[in-house]
Amino acid sequence: MLMRESIEEDVLLDIRDLETHFYGEESVTRALGGISFQVKKGETLGVVGESGCGKSVTALSILRLLPKLSARTVGGEIRFHGRDILELSDREMRKIRGDQIAMIFQEPMTSLNPVYTVGHQIAEAVQIHTKASRSVAMEKAEEMLRLVRIADPERRVNNYPHELSGGMRQRAMIAIALACSPELLIADEPTTALDVTIQAQILRLIVDLKERTGTAVMFITHDLGVVAETCQRVIVMYAGRIVEQANVIDLFARPAHPYTQGLMRSVPDRRRGRQRRLPEIPGIVPNLREPIVGCSFAPRCPFAIDICRDKTPILRDVGSSHAAACWRAEEVMGV
Amino acid sequence: MNGPLLKVENLTKHYPLGSGIFKKSIPVIRAVEDVSFSVEAGETLCIVGESGCGKSTVARLLMRLVAPTAGRVLIDGTDIAGLKKDALHSWRRRMQMVFQDPYSSLNPRLTAGQIITEPVENFERLSRKQRHALAADLLRKVGMSPEMMHRLPSELSGGQRQRLGIARALSLNPSVIIADEAVSALDVSVQAQILNLLLDLQQQMGIAFVFISHDLGVVEHIAHRVAVMYLGRIVELAPSEALFAKPVHPYTEALIAAAPVPDPMRVRLEAPVEGEVPSPINPPKGCAFHPRCPLAVERCRIDVPPLVPMADGRVVACHVRAPATDIPGQLAEASGYPPASLARFRSGIGYPKAQILRQVQHPREAGD
Amino acid sequence: MNLLSTPVEAVPMRQLRLSDVPRLGRRHPLVLVGGGLLAVLSILAIAAPLYAGDAVNMDPFKRLQPPSAEMWFGSDNLGRDVFARTIFGARISLMVGLLSAACAALAGALIGVIAGYSRSFDNVVMRVMDGLMSIPTILLAIALISLTGPGIGILIVAIAIPETPAVARLVRSVVLGVRERPYVEAALCGGARLPKVLWRHILPSTIPALMVQGATVCASAILTEAGLSFLGVGVPPEIPSWGNMIASSRLYLAIAPLTIFAPGICLAVTVLAVNLLGDGLRDMFDPRSKRRR
Repeated sequence: MLMRESIEEDVLLDIRDLETHFYGEESVTRALGGISFQVKKGETLGVVGESGCGKSVTALSILRLLPKLSARTVGGEIRFHGRDILELSDREMRKIRGDQIAMIFQEPMTSLNPVYTVGHQIAEAVQIHTKASRSVAMEKAEEMLRLVRIADPERRVNNYPHELSGGMRQRAMIAIALACSPELLIADEPTTALDVTIQAQILRLIVDLKERTGTAVMFITHDLGVVAETCQRVIVMYAGRIVEQANVIDLFARPAHPYTQGLMRSVPDRRRGRQRRLPEIPGIVPNLREPIVGCSFAPRCPFAIDICRDKTPILRDVGSSHAAACWRAEEVMGV
Repeated sequence: MNGPLLKVENLTKHYPLGSGIFKKSIPVIRAVEDVSFSVEAGETLCIVGESGCGKSTVARLLMRLVAPTAGRVLIDGTDIAGLKKDALHSWRRRMQMVFQDPYSSLNPRLTAGQIITEPVENFERLSRKQRHALAADLLRKVGMSPEMMHRLPSELSGGQRQRLGIARALSLNPSVIIADEAVSALDVSVQAQILNLLLDLQQQMGIAFVFISHDLGVVEHIAHRVAVMYLGRIVELAPSEALFAKPVHPYTEALIAAAPVPDPMRVRLEAPVEGEVPSPINPPKGCAFHPRCPLAVERCRIDVPPLVPMADGRVVACHVRAPATDIPGQLAEASGYPPASLARFRSGIGYPKAQILRQVQHPREAGD
Repeated sequence: MNLLSTPVEAVPMRQLRLSDVPRLGRRHPLVLVGGGLLAVLSILAIAAPLYAGDAVNMDPFKRLQPPSAEMWFGSDNLGRDVFARTIFGARISLMVGLLSAACAALAGALIGVIAGYSRSFDNVVMRVMDGLMSIPTILLAIALISLTGPGIGILIVAIAIPETPAVARLVRSVVLGVRERPYVEAALCGGARLPKVLWRHILPSTIPALMVQGATVCASAILTEAGLSFLGVGVPPEIPSWGNMIASSRLYLAIAPLTIFAPGICLAVTVLAVNLLGDGLRDMFDPRSKRRR
């Protein structure tokens, strides 16, 4: 498969055939249907898709933060530095989480503890992973707040989360996540709840910090604009599978999967003129509780032919570092 | 009928913070401050701004879900802001609302058919057969199959639910529909379906939309005119093409520049605007944007800039980009479209057009 | 992610059918056990005249008899059939429990809904409710009964009144939450008038809370009734009730223990059944209170 020959040291995270299921009362939801991809050291990888496509589940699977009672990773491996995360003990996993892999969420308020000051929480993260003394950790916390460009950090370290604005909370979250200089930062829709001007600030901050610290970033979002502005490589997910994978320039220039193409066209874009009908993707996403025969996008796809409805396409190379799971990718790219 | 379909004059809403039995003066949240605009039949006016700018409060004021502190809302010349309950009841038919969240805006215990026919039943009695026919008709209008009328909202997808919300708003044949972030909660592909539906409905039925959104891509796609709000006030109101081609107010400019564009080849030159939106409890003196504004001068810290009409039919509240000259009666006329005479009077004096073009470089052209 | 955060509101409320019972039992065994027990007790109580025999007839020659084929639980100090009296006592207990719960729920819902919607009413009435809550239930009930003299009607009212504030408070808090929901605003935008909004959009949301609270009230009403009857201010002594029976037999515990144990155990089982049902209903209506799967 794609780029599989390169198990060199520049691969940080190597995911193979990851399958995660959710268990309902009487049904099983195949949230991830066997996905494989890699995150290289220091790169920014975008994961795009609409709600229910499995992008957040991917992040939670990697960190092993799935709800214990209702979800389980049933297959595949997640190799971080060559070690399979899925086989680690909870203790070892806790050490990796935060120390080597950190995560920031869409709504910072839910992941910040309301009863401790921001400084305390950053210092705590520092202490857990470095054994620094309390005062050193607090100094580090202030430094982190300065790093994420919170105005007057000396005062803000003593603020509680509710005393900060949404943008500042997200900055504080980033400060906590980066406090132990992780090798991989997973950002799950970090700017979706923010206003555009604040979003622009946070995106720029993440890109700057990434450049400065060399942390690899896995950027999960539904917003193609955000992907275009921040990511180097992009994975497009649909119905629990990766349908396309490419570097960002190729992806936007020549989308090889009809879903990617449809997604791009349905975003209002001034370059196509206004007050015209937007090209829409007809239909709705498939129900992942039921087994899907053939390509999961076939019922909505303008390119679908008989083979699409019978056989599930696998991800295959359609150009240099460009892969798509579509039987007719070449024709799609030609259009 | 003369005049615009919907006219809003000096609409203001202050929310008192707590009750003031023991205090002399109660602090207030200045949610909406002196907002004026008008909407013609079949037109789409978009209100954009960031959270806390008062755009949703404007929607709620228009629907009289909250009573204004001051100002008037006129439909066909009748002021509905001052109406008593019973008189208001019949005016409700003229203006309907589509809500943001397709999940919480539908009663989970009612079927699709019950939800969309309820508004009509508030005004007239329907027989079983009539109700059925109405539900089927409304569902067809929004592109759903009539069999869906027996479903509960929980059995429908997000897009279908939002279609129900639109069908409910259509049921009374309103002349104005207020859409408060009506597509923000939807996925991109569904969003396109809903936007197309709204455009089709407008074309077929001549409905006017007041479309409230934070998404500039969507706004640019559907708006005829755009009002930009910042901290409770309109800072710029302009025809859509003009606004996006050359924003005049520095905040509009910042907003447009900050919106991510799905084009990886575009290089972002300018740094994003610094700082955050101040609290509406204690807004900055003078122009509310001055603490973040790169152009701010001394005057911005003292005076609130008035909305000044410009040559191309827009109004802008900025001391630097649109300095007010003493045109008589200008402030009163500044709401809505400035009359043609005023615009003619304005061109050639004060702020020259060429200068606007030079200063406000189009951000995307700058990037290419 | 909608996979992870299915809104609780999305659980549709529809009529239960007989075919749902096995599924209900598997998912919410407490509802099935509590409800089943209560149903059996109710049927036994309602059908009492058909099989239980005479509960009031005294026979001085058959005082304090041990259990026999004729009198399954023996007889009490006045020669009355303890089995029959226990069964007939169930009618009183269940009736008082259910009717008190219904009264308290009705009054509480009415007060709660209006208080949730009207600020001035809220300020006045909820303070009265707070006052009521500060008076011990039994004392308030005794005071009320002493005004009119004993009787089942006044007993039900006397038990329901002190229970009402808790219900009103709960309903008010639900209403305060629901009235801000966009679908209520949407109904107002559609031209619905307030009474219709309350009836159609707000009241139904309070039903789960009312049912759960109703079960709690019912259980405590049964206990209060027994307590009041034991003290002699509840059900008139000529009517068989569990409280009366325990009171009149307390001197004979050593000689005829069944005269106390029969009503006592029935009382415990009934209250347990009602409480189980209440807990089960709470889990059923609020999936977050119980871990799913």
